[in-house]
Amino acid sequence: MSQPLRIVVAKPGLDGHDRGAKVVARTLRDAGHEVIYTGLRRTAQQIVETVRDEDARFLGLSSLSGAHNHLFPKVCELLVAEGLNDVIVFAGGIIPHDDRSGLFSCKIRAIFGPGTPTAEILEFIDTSANMADIGVGDSNDWFWESSA
Amino acid sequence: MSDQLIEAAINGNRRSIARTLSGLENGQITLDQIRQIADVSILRKDYDNWRSIAITGAPGVGKSCLIDKLLANWAGRGLKVALLAIDPSSPRTGGALLGDRVRITAIDLVDVKDKIYVRSIATRKSSGSVPLIVSDMIEFLILAGWDKVIIETVGSGQAEVRCAAIADRIVVVEGPARGDGVQAEKAGLLELADAVIVNKSDLDGAEKHAEELIESFHLGLGEAPPVLLTSAINGDGIAVASSTLLEIKDSGRSNRARWRERLLAQHERRILESAKLDEILVLLAAGSISIIEALDILGGQKNE
Repeated sequence: MSQPLRIVVAKPGLDGHDRGAKVVARTLRDAGHEVIYTGLRRTAQQIVETVRDEDARFLGLSSLSGAHNHLFPKVCELLVAEGLNDVIVFAGGIIPHDDRSGLFSCKIRAIFGPGTPTAEILEFIDTSANMADIGVGDSNDWFWESSA
Repeated sequence: MSDQLIEAAINGNRRSIARTLSGLENGQITLDQIRQIADVSILRKDYDNWRSIAITGAPGVGKSCLIDKLLANWAGRGLKVALLAIDPSSPRTGGALLGDRVRITAIDLVDVKDKIYVRSIATRKSSGSVPLIVSDMIEFLILAGWDKVIIETVGSGQAEVRCAAIADRIVVVEGPARGDGVQAEKAGLLELADAVIVNKSDLDGAEKHAEELIESFHLGLGEAPPVLLTSAINGDGIAVASSTLLEIKDSGRSNRARWRERLLAQHERRILESAKLDEILVLLAAGSISIIEALDILGGQKNE
C-alpha cells in the first residue's frame, strides 16, 4: 500500500473565514491523505516552519481577504529560502482571475475558486504527486487549468 | 534514505529531522540503520531521569492546551523539547485530519521556538492510542539531541493503556465533574499514572475531583502519584506542574503491566507488518479460514 501524502492546509494573514479550508481538508482526509491544519491567522513564516517540521509534500493556501498578492508570494519565497524547493503549493479562496498569472509565476501550481468540484482538487493532487519538477523551487512553468 | 540526511538530522537540521521521522514512519529506514550512521559516542547525556512522557486522558480535558504551557515552560528553562502529537486515522480511508498543532502557540514564541519541535502523527494501522513506531521516533529524537519528548495520545478512555508501552512516564489529565468517587475507584489507566493532573481548575468540581483521586490512591498499595490542579487557560498551577513533572519518578506500581503492554504492542506490530496480512484478511473475509488458523499462519506456526 502506498503511503498517505502529508498535506498542510494553511490560512495566512488576517482572514477569519475557514469554511473552505475545512472543506478542502476534509476532502483530502477522505481521500486517504494526512492533513495538518494550521488554524487561522498564521504568518508566512509560521506556515513555512509548519511545512518544514511536518515534512509536508503539499501546501494548500486559502485566502478570502484580498491579501493574496502580498501573502502567497511571501510564503513561496520563504519556502525556497528554507530549502523546501520540492514542496508543491496550491491555493484557493477569492483569487480574481487577473491576479492568477502573477501567482503562477511564483510557482503556485493550482488556484481553485468558488464552485470548484472537490473531485478536481483530488485530481490535481494525484496528477501533481506523480510529476517530478513542479515544486515551488522548480523553474517549470506548468500549472493546473482549473474550472473555476 | 541517504547518510548525509541522517547526519544532518543528528546535527540538528530541522528539515532533515522531519524527513527522517517520515522515513521511520514509512518503514524506509530503521532505528538500527540510524544508529549505525549516527556517531553514538556523541550521546552527550546520561539519563537517570525520564526522556519520554505520555500525556493522556479523555477527549476535551485540555491535553493540548496543557502541553502548550509545558512546552513554553520547559523550553524556557533551556531544555529542547519535542512533541509528537497523535490523532486518529480513519479506519475506512486511512486519511487523517491532524489538528493538535492549532492549540500549540509556544512554537510562535521567538525566544524559545528553536528549542521546540512539534510533529503531528496519525495512528495509521495501529489499533491503540499510540502507534508503536513512536517508540523508534522517540529514540531517534534523543539521538538528535532533544532532551525531552512529550507524546500526546489520542483522546483515550478508561481502558486505554497502550501508551504505557512506549513512554518512560505517564501523566493522566482529568477534568472537573468527571463522575462521582466511584469513577476514581475503577480499574484502568489511573493505576498506571505516574502523575495525575486535574485541569480546568477554574471550573467548579475540580478540587473535589482532585480530593477524590488522592483519597483513592491512598487506599491502594505503594506510593501515591502526585495529583496536581492546573488551569491551562489562565496559567494557574502551571509553574508547579511543570517543575513536578520534570522530577517525577516511575511510580513503580505497574512494572508488570507496562511489560504486558509492550509485549502486546510488539505482537500487534508483528501482525500489522506481516507481508501475509492482506492475503489473510481476504481469506478470512471469504470465510475460507478461521481466526485461529489465521493467527497460526501469522505466528509462523503454520505455512500456507
